[in-house]
Amino acid sequence: MSVSEKYNSVFISVFNVEASVLGHDFTSDTVDNWDSITQLSLVTAMEDTFDIMLDPEDILNFKSYLAGKDIVAKYGVTF
Amino acid sequence: MSTRLLEGKICLVTGANRGIGNAIAERYAEEGAVVFANARNEGSLDVWAKQCSEKYHTSVIPLYFDITDAAASKAALLKIKSDFGRIDVLVNNAGMVTYELLPMIDFEKLRAMFEVNVIAMIQLVQLASRIMTRQKSGSIINMSSVVGVQGVKGQLGYSATKGAVISITKSAAKELIEHNIRVNAIAPGMVGTERFTAVFEEKFKDKIANIGIGRLAEPNEIANVCVFLASDLSTYVTGQVIGVDGSASF
Repeated sequence: MSVSEKYNSVFISVFNVEASVLGHDFTSDTVDNWDSITQLSLVTAMEDTFDIMLDPEDILNFKSYLAGKDIVAKYGVTF
Repeated sequence: MSTRLLEGKICLVTGANRGIGNAIAERYAEEGAVVFANARNEGSLDVWAKQCSEKYHTSVIPLYFDITDAAASKAALLKIKSDFGRIDVLVNNAGMVTYELLPMIDFEKLRAMFEVNVIAMIQLVQLASRIMTRQKSGSIINMSSVVGVQGVKGQLGYSATKGAVISITKSAAKELIEHNIRVNAIAPGMVGTERFTAVFEEKFKDKIANIGIGRLAEPNEIANVCVFLASDLSTYVTGQVIGVDGSASF
């Protein structure tokens, strides 16, 4: 599985969506069930998938599919 | 089947280079835990850790970092997670102490003390609990003090930090119990560590009358309560501040 596929699989699992909906419109403002609890689940799953641990400010800023990519990239995950 | 209380538990003890922290780390090893023993000075625990590992047939692993260095603390927790996939027990023991009457409080020292005793502790609770949340278990033990409960003349700053430890413990216990993570504090009285005994001889010898039991505590008497809180003997205990003070009053 490629890095992008792994990244997408976390969203697919946490939000129970198809890969086709993942893109620049997939944000905490547009996704109904993206609340603070889901965000923590998303971050936790992302950390487990890539064996990283996000700083608190990055957890707070993990508010969209695209922003998340930039954040995990900071921890050495290369897309 | 092992009868040791902490067999195979993965534990981190901060400030393990001397005194209470050293006693806790060694008691944990004696009870079969895998102990990550933290100190600041590189190499300072190497000989002792090797001896403990051999004596107790377990692994005592020195982990050198300054708990006020957020990045270093995070790297340490990631190392434990990477090596063992879990952390069962965190003992927040590292701390600093000052003895100053109110008019003499040095605010630079006060800020440094809050950084070590409070801010660094919150960060370690945050980091460890993020790992413990995944495994749905864990025990966090925070070192408070009898002066954090009772207050004391001449240690306003220190007692303020130890009072904060109690608040941290109670709030974290409420937030983390849904993940089966227990958080408790220990409030020792006067403990006969090398560091305190020197201060005691110089400043507080008359205070022995304030201790009901009539003597200083041995570090192991604090460590034994830490064993209880880390073990499965205390699975229904959380949010508590356990005084280990020989009936001390100030």
